[in-house]
Amino acid sequence: MQFTETVMDHFTNPRNVGVLEDADAFVEVGSSECGDTTALYLKIEEGRIVDVRFRTLGCAAAIASSSMATEMIKGKSLEEAWALTNREVADALGGLPEPKMHCSVLAEDAIREAINSYREKQGLEPW
Amino acid sequence: MSEKIYYFDHAATTPTHPEVVAAMLPYFTEHFGNPSSLYGLADESREAVTHARGQVADALGASPGEIFFTAGGTESDNWALKGVALANREKGDHIITTAIEHHAILHTCEFLERQGFSVTYLPVDRYGMVDPAAVEEAITDRTILVSVMTANNEVGTIQPIAEIGAVAHKHGVLFHTDAVQAVGNVPIDVDAMQIDLLSLSGHKFYGPKGTGALYIRDGVAIETFVHGGGQEKGRRAGTENLPGLVGLGAAIKRACDDIHGHTARVAQLRDRFLDEILESVPEVTLNGHPTERLPGNINISFAGIDGEALLTLLGMQGVCASTGSACSSGEETPSHVLTAMGVPPSLARASLRLSLGDLTTEADVDFLLDTLPDAVARLRRLSRGHA
Repeated sequence: MQFTETVMDHFTNPRNVGVLEDADAFVEVGSSECGDTTALYLKIEEGRIVDVRFRTLGCAAAIASSSMATEMIKGKSLEEAWALTNREVADALGGLPEPKMHCSVLAEDAIREAINSYREKQGLEPW
Repeated sequence: MSEKIYYFDHAATTPTHPEVVAAMLPYFTEHFGNPSSLYGLADESREAVTHARGQVADALGASPGEIFFTAGGTESDNWALKGVALANREKGDHIITTAIEHHAILHTCEFLERQGFSVTYLPVDRYGMVDPAAVEEAITDRTILVSVMTANNEVGTIQPIAEIGAVAHKHGVLFHTDAVQAVGNVPIDVDAMQIDLLSLSGHKFYGPKGTGALYIRDGVAIETFVHGGGQEKGRRAGTENLPGLVGLGAAIKRACDDIHGHTARVAQLRDRFLDEILESVPEVTLNGHPTERLPGNINISFAGIDGEALLTLLGMQGVCASTGSACSSGEETPSHVLTAMGVPPSLARASLRLSLGDLTTEADVDFLLDTLPDAVARLRRLSRGHA
């Protein structure tokens, strides 16, 4: 499988790996398609994601997508983070081989589920 | 990317041995005559075909007249199953095989099912072993063929072929074995093992790709697979792949003349690697049989990681290996072999197959023993937050 240099960089040197003990939102999502799992932790202040951590069990594309997605939402408002698509994550990675596109969906799913779980905790309607 | 290659994928393919290439070369340029032609140039070609056929026959304990050249293991498997099914349709319509066969067998069986044949796919135990008693229980008065691989390509488990052959023959049923992974690694004697048909492939034992053979015991009813000219006694038409079959003959002779020396060296490397890796890495399990396995086969699962991610990490350092999971089509495709053995999907996806052979050195094993534990720990930190 040929990956871009950016994918290989984020795979071998992933950003934001780990856990946040005082996370305001935490979700664990799995892909029914290939069994990949991602755990995502968000620290949220005044509607902004001020810190983020992840753990992912998956192939190089899944790990790189998680790493890139967390970089892209750090410091962003919840609205901006919600709007992030897997296509944008893949583009930021310089592209993913077509059979690996579905690996980037997991990050998008995790972010949206985390935001909704946070909104529900705040007594707000989920998006 | 690393320049040096650490090749641990001999079960996928092997390089053609230089001696084999040397034997082949004159048949591209000098002795290029069509063996079917009638002049002197063709005599040399005919002699080469006869010589190669003898070499293959000797390696199997067969007669030269029972060796038919093909374009590889897949063609041999297709021919054996479809040819026997079609030629014996009057007798019956039932075939027995196993859940862990290569796709060349499984997909051919599925094709035959669509043509009205019925197929029993026997289960295996947790070591990937077929029970000869289960073969016997599955035989009905409609059964025409039993096909069980000699050794499995993923986990290396070697089947009790002689016992299964005896069971088939006791009930008057033909016995085919896909010996693609076994030839050159496991001594074969078609009489002692009661084999009626056997598939082999040249590139698995340092011969050229695109070469293979089907052993067909004298008297076995089988349809012609490729129709055309009179080559291979009219049973497999097409101008002979002359350089290819010369290479196949040279390779099988080389592989089988010193089969015990070769397998002892490879098995020693395998055992050293396994002993150390099982010691140095936590939560690692061996897939396949502890003793009845191919000398070069290692199949291990590392809980908490993805096999493909591991291959990507190892690949950056020049390591060539395989995994039992390929998440490439957007579907989970855990290995059908590991699944049949009852390995849970989380461990099937976490599997690594290393197949050792002629290219493997002590230094290669040392390198892998150095790099593999780190790679596994790194991926576990990513999935669990700790190693």
